[in-house]
Amino acid sequence: MLVEALVLSAILFVIGTLGVLVRRNAIIMFLCIELQLNAVNLSFVAFSRYLGIEGQIYVFFVMTVAAAEAAVGLAIIISIFRHYESVNVENFNLLKW
Amino acid sequence: MSESTLSAVAADVGQVAGGGFDPVLPGLILLLPLLGFAVNGALALASGSRSATALREGREEDHASSARPLTHTLPTWVGPGVMLAAFLLTAVNFVGMLGVELAEPVIRTYWTWMATGALSVEAAIQLDQLSLIMMMVITGVGFLIHVFSVGYMKEDPGYPRYFAYLNLFVFFMLTLVMGANFPMMFVGWEGVGLCSYLLIGFWFRDREKANAGKKAFIVNRVGDFGLLVAMFILFAVFGTLDYQAIFGAAPDTLVYGGATVTAVTLFLLLGAAGKSAQVPLYVWLPDAMAGPTPVSALIHAATMVTAGVYLVARSSVLFAMAPVGAAAVATVGAITALFAATIALKQYDIKKVLAYSTVSQLGFMFMGVGVGAYAAGVFHLMTHAFFKALLFLGAGAVIHSMHHALHATHKDWDAQDMRNMGGLRRFMPATWITMWVATLAIAGIWPFAGFFSKDEIIWYVGTSAPASVLYTVLWGMAIATALLTAFYMTRMMVMTFHGPNRTGGAEAKHLHEAPLNMTIPLGILAVLSVFGGWINVPGSVRDSFFGGFGLLPMSDWLDRWLEPLTATAYQIRVDQLGAYASTSPVGGGHVLWGAIATGLALAVVIIGARVVGSREIRPAVDSPEPTGFGKILHDKWYVDELYDRILVRPIQSLSRACWRWIDQVIIDGTVNAVGSMARGFGWFGSLVQTGQLNTYAFILTLGALVVLGVLIL
Repeated sequence: MLVEALVLSAILFVIGTLGVLVRRNAIIMFLCIELQLNAVNLSFVAFSRYLGIEGQIYVFFVMTVAAAEAAVGLAIIISIFRHYESVNVENFNLLKW
Repeated sequence: MSESTLSAVAADVGQVAGGGFDPVLPGLILLLPLLGFAVNGALALASGSRSATALREGREEDHASSARPLTHTLPTWVGPGVMLAAFLLTAVNFVGMLGVELAEPVIRTYWTWMATGALSVEAAIQLDQLSLIMMMVITGVGFLIHVFSVGYMKEDPGYPRYFAYLNLFVFFMLTLVMGANFPMMFVGWEGVGLCSYLLIGFWFRDREKANAGKKAFIVNRVGDFGLLVAMFILFAVFGTLDYQAIFGAAPDTLVYGGATVTAVTLFLLLGAAGKSAQVPLYVWLPDAMAGPTPVSALIHAATMVTAGVYLVARSSVLFAMAPVGAAAVATVGAITALFAATIALKQYDIKKVLAYSTVSQLGFMFMGVGVGAYAAGVFHLMTHAFFKALLFLGAGAVIHSMHHALHATHKDWDAQDMRNMGGLRRFMPATWITMWVATLAIAGIWPFAGFFSKDEIIWYVGTSAPASVLYTVLWGMAIATALLTAFYMTRMMVMTFHGPNRTGGAEAKHLHEAPLNMTIPLGILAVLSVFGGWINVPGSVRDSFFGGFGLLPMSDWLDRWLEPLTATAYQIRVDQLGAYASTSPVGGGHVLWGAIATGLALAVVIIGARVVGSREIRPAVDSPEPTGFGKILHDKWYVDELYDRILVRPIQSLSRACWRWIDQVIIDGTVNAVGSMARGFGWFGSLVQTGQLNTYAFILTLGALVVLGVLIL
């Protein structure tokens, strides 16, 4: 059981990572990050079956942080969109040197 | 500081000195001028900020405004007031010492100034016959000059600052003569140099005057180097810098005429030559006339410039041990005296004449102390302080009056050029008479003070002749200088006070006698210039006409007074070089030569007055340039130009080369290269920052993979 769960978790994580790397739409990238988080959550839950309840507790923490991050991140994306009328991250490159 | 000053006073009260002489508050004598400096300095700061505000707001400082309760009235009383108090205290101590045979100086130690390794320097003052004589001159003449300054500087916006500097100067000058060891003396030595610099450049908005201050300061550094080296050698030999310890051990520790003591005395001579404006370091003193005239009287005639003479007299034992060093002192003095006197012949600026005259008279003092006649040197120092301060103050009164007259009619003539004066005796009779007294004194005419002191020096130089033929030459130079002195002083007096007035009709109406607070100091100094010499009528002429056929009571008084300090040196000198001769190099006793000297001087004064008086003198603007030899003298033998060529310009070129090459190319180049390198790396690193989110995410992932890979492998 553990191996299957971990393989699924790895597949989900890689999909999320590739999504963050190749997509330019901020919302999609955001969703991919959520996918990565949940891939990790899955492996936590899988491990907790053998190693104790701590893994599940961690999952709650991750979900809480993810929720907060979603709120802040979406707010940023909305305000960027209001400014540029776009959510393509290639357009946002003012933050350098 | 306040604590230590309190303990200084407390130590004065608490201690009782041995030897029957109990000094009265010696520390307070020192502290009073310092107190005056603190008060006047604070007022100067207060008034300085106000005049700065006035300047910013474009207002011209209205200089005669009477409504200045603090910054004007208070310095008027505090400045001369502390001087009077210090003088009275000094006088009390002087009178206290009069009745006592004091073999050893009274030393008051207040605290340990520095103690490092074998060196321990105490903050200690020393009261003995020499320091008391110096203190009397400094505080007495100083007080009179402070009073004179009240009138002279009345309208100057820097009035409180002036008194602050003047008080500070007196404090340092007293430290110089009261210090009980070389470092204490050096503190005063440097302090008076500082005050001299501040007061020469008192009107610092005039670039030329500010430069004169710098020149004085820098030339004095050369001399200070010599003094420091002498102190190092003394410490290396004796392991201490206290006067008593060194002078007590010197006759046994040092080899007579040895290399060590010769080196010490030559370096001391370098220091003394710097401070006392002797060849080759005299060039700063004539330029120092840029300062206010009372400053020239106090610092550059009566007190500070005599510090070198004091130093040699104080170190008499060392100079007696080093015949080469002592001969060098006398030779330098003689050369300076003659050289400066020739320059004074052709100067037109009244203060320049007096400045070169001061250099010349300091040369006389050096001759005196150089041939071992320390008391005679100090004697001339004292009488010179009287008559030269009087001459400078009189010149100040003349300049004051001339300045007012020229100012009233907006004439842009030089108020100090004697060619613009003439006939001033009708306008300022008190100044005229007192200055003639001083002139007769400096010319060496009996019975004025200068006759006795100058004649004594010439006599001792002449009677040193058996020791070496050198002294015969110096003796001739001294007599020649004395005659030149009589001539140029007469020339100055005649050009200034006699003949027709050349200031101009409209201006002459504004010429006036100086106010009372300026003429009273002149009067007192005139009295001292007449009688000051009577305290030391040589015993050998006492029963002749010169000593009033024995009526003058104080014959050889100063010689006997200073004997505890000069006896050792005198003994060494007589043992090694033989006693002084009883006749001059060409024969003739003291009385005969006194008569010859005063007769010649009187003849020069009378003939000089005739010659200069018959000459037609025109105002400076109409005067032809001097020609021939006169031009060389007028241009001061081109010594300034020579120094400019061989010293100032090479140093400037070297400095410029250092600046252009070492500083700008090498040092700045290295620093700038390091800077641009950091900049280059920064620019290169900044390329990583694209602002593209995907790039960052990619690099982040790549990094994570690398870390993972390393951990797995």
